[in-house]
Amino acid sequence: MLAQGQLKPKGGFKGTTSYSGGFGLLVGDLLLLKTHKLKIGLTKRPNSMKSKYLPVALSAVFGLAAMTAASASTLEEVQERGILNCGVSTGLAGFSQIDDNGDWQGFDVAVCRAVAAAVLDDPNAVQFVPTTGKTRFTALASGEIDMLARNTTWTFTRDADLKFTFIGVNYYDGQGFMVPKELGVESALELDGATVCIQTGTTTELNLADYFRKHGMSYDPVPIETNTEARQNYLAGACDVYTTDASGLAASRSSFETPADHVILPEIISKEPLGPLVRHGDNQWEDIVRWVLNALIIAEEKGITAANADEKKAQSTAPGADTEIARLLGAEGEYGAIIGLDNDFALRAIKAGGNYGELFAKTIGEDTKIGLARGLNAQWTDGGLLYAPPFR
Amino acid sequence: MSVATYSPEERFRLGMLWTDSRYRSTTIQTIALFLVMLLGAYLINNIITNLADLGKDFSFGFLFEPAYYDINQRLIEYDSRSPHWLAAVVGILNTLLVAVLGCALATVIGVIAGVLRLSKNWVISKLMAVYIEVVRNVPLLLQILLLYAVFIELLPRPRGSEPMLDGFLVATNRGFYIPSLVLAETGWIVVSTFVVSLVGIFLFRRWARKRQEETGQIIRVFSISLGILIVPTAIVFFALGSPISLEYPELKGFNYQGGIHLRNSLVALWLALSIYTGAFIGEIVRSGIQAINKGQTEAAYALGLRPNRTMKLVILPQALRVIIPPLISQYLNLTKNSSLAIAVGYMDVTGTLGGITLNQTGREMECVLLLMAFYLTVSLLISAVMNKYNQSVKLKER
Ligand SMILES: N[C@@H](CCC(=O)N[C@@H](CS)C(=O)NCC(=O)O)C(=O)O
Repeated sequence: MLAQGQLKPKGGFKGTTSYSGGFGLLVGDLLLLKTHKLKIGLTKRPNSMKSKYLPVALSAVFGLAAMTAASASTLEEVQERGILNCGVSTGLAGFSQIDDNGDWQGFDVAVCRAVAAAVLDDPNAVQFVPTTGKTRFTALASGEIDMLARNTTWTFTRDADLKFTFIGVNYYDGQGFMVPKELGVESALELDGATVCIQTGTTTELNLADYFRKHGMSYDPVPIETNTEARQNYLAGACDVYTTDASGLAASRSSFETPADHVILPEIISKEPLGPLVRHGDNQWEDIVRWVLNALIIAEEKGITAANADEKKAQSTAPGADTEIARLLGAEGEYGAIIGLDNDFALRAIKAGGNYGELFAKTIGEDTKIGLARGLNAQWTDGGLLYAPPFR
Repeated sequence: MSVATYSPEERFRLGMLWTDSRYRSTTIQTIALFLVMLLGAYLINNIITNLADLGKDFSFGFLFEPAYYDINQRLIEYDSRSPHWLAAVVGILNTLLVAVLGCALATVIGVIAGVLRLSKNWVISKLMAVYIEVVRNVPLLLQILLLYAVFIELLPRPRGSEPMLDGFLVATNRGFYIPSLVLAETGWIVVSTFVVSLVGIFLFRRWARKRQEETGQIIRVFSISLGILIVPTAIVFFALGSPISLEYPELKGFNYQGGIHLRNSLVALWLALSIYTGAFIGEIVRSGIQAINKGQTEAAYALGLRPNRTMKLVILPQALRVIIPPLISQYLNLTKNSSLAIAVGYMDVTGTLGGITLNQTGREMECVLLLMAFYLTVSLLISAVMNKYNQSVKLKER
């Protein structure tokens, strides 16, 4: 970025404002990026306070200006780099959070690790990029991250207009409301006139507007960027209500000092299928991420766990064994090669942290602080919605 | 440019574009301009190609789609079904609101700080020095966040709050509530009377000044102005049976209703911007005053002018010439810094157009370009207006 000073056109912009500098910077950046054939925006990760929004947007703009048409495939790029850039949220207990040792943990984080294990043979070869509701799409579109696993709702416009591909659903959710018990509110329909904390750039804020409008109620939105800010505002009473995905509410509540003082209202006002996503345009990469997630789901269905995966693989070629297990774990066929990987890709993904059920139980399940029941996220064989296509 | 060497007989040759000092700078500038334009065209082309590769077009059509989101502070009619462009306008008005409020308060703070810093009272002058040094050297974003945190953590929740100052102010951790004016049918007559009085004061002052210049008689402008300001309006107000009343904020349900709600985000941003910029303006004012030769003061004293008249009639008019140009850039800074609003969720134009709209529609390019155009326009407008003012206080050469 230092070189942009020299690239700034002298005297090209005769103005009284410092915007001439701004233009110079823009021009300098664009030139720099193009000439060096960089494919990503130059800004640092968007987690410092000041870089909340503009740098990311600008990096997208520069990124757009800089991308070359004939780019290498994402898989090649990731393998060359030796590390997977995975977008997660800035911190949501159980989903993506840094533990005391400085390691990322959580349900969304586990998806990144499984992909890294499949592609790079190392579940730790992940660069986690914290993104807010607002910065996540720009980060993905500009190529700063290879995939996004950040409780993101699959919607028509995100899929078709923002040009992303949702590779599946790893958590079926819906939007809910949380209020302090002392308010004595029992239903969302009693919230007329309330002040509501809401993360911007989410489906949540759109659903909220629709819901209150539909029920002829008024509210005062307090727009915030991250879950941490939401927590601060909500706990200080700067808003009466916090609304987001029900799983997010449970996760936030679990991190309060006295979770029992807060209730999640019974109304679920929307469908929020949350899943990992990638950019449009690279079908191979899309297939890889999709089948890593499917492998985790199938593994649960077939009773393959991190601990018994090798054993299951060894047994799978025995006469009478389940041939889908043999294909999934690479004992039979050349399935990995079809998506540019080796045949053990799914085996590694499963061994990275366990199958879907194990991940769920470990990070957000009923025995954790967050305490989410499987509910809609049970296997189809248990009456849930998890139904991975067959591996054949 | 000097044209003393010009001889009309000399024929123009192409080489002279470079060798002749009369043409050279024009040549260089033309080439530079051409190169810059070429670069611009190349970059724009590059962006369009890359957008096309991503499958995105470049279009402003999204501005006319419904925005689907709500904005808490609206100076005009807006709801979630209004189009994105209207959301942008709501944001623009919020930006302008905080910029205008900020410039006004920053000027007041700055002038006071600047003058007091020159005070002969050691304590006051050192206090001002501390204020200026501390505030100038702490990042503005931190100051905004600090104020906001203080508001939400320390002020009471609406349910636990007590109206202060006879109900004129309610401070809660969601913001400050003050009464609003409610006009009955005849209320506009009172308002018009007030406006007419303002015009009257202006005319009266002009007349008084002229008279003083002509006859040397000094009229007590201040008390008479005050009279014109209050008396007619008061008479009309009571004659019509108090057609303007105050609506006090009242706690209803979750929040106070009625009155004017100044959100935390607005107040934190406004105060932080004013205090920060005020420190810079303070320095500008101080240096402006100090730039005036001490002899001026002494001469004024020798003529028997009292200190405050010396300041008002002799020092300030000259100091203004030094003060105005850097003051312009402080106003510009404040306006641009107001985009830090995003940190406290104040819905300025960066929050609506450059925030939620950008994010929900994925139109980064279009939104960022519009934002840049907006800030550029506002900055140029402020410069233009202030330059005009600068012209009027400039040293008039006669
Ligand atoms: N599912 C919604 C909302 C996603 C969202 O913002 N979730 C919040 C709360 S569940 C979150 O992840 N916050 C973590 C953070 O602030 O980084 C969407 O995709 O728009």
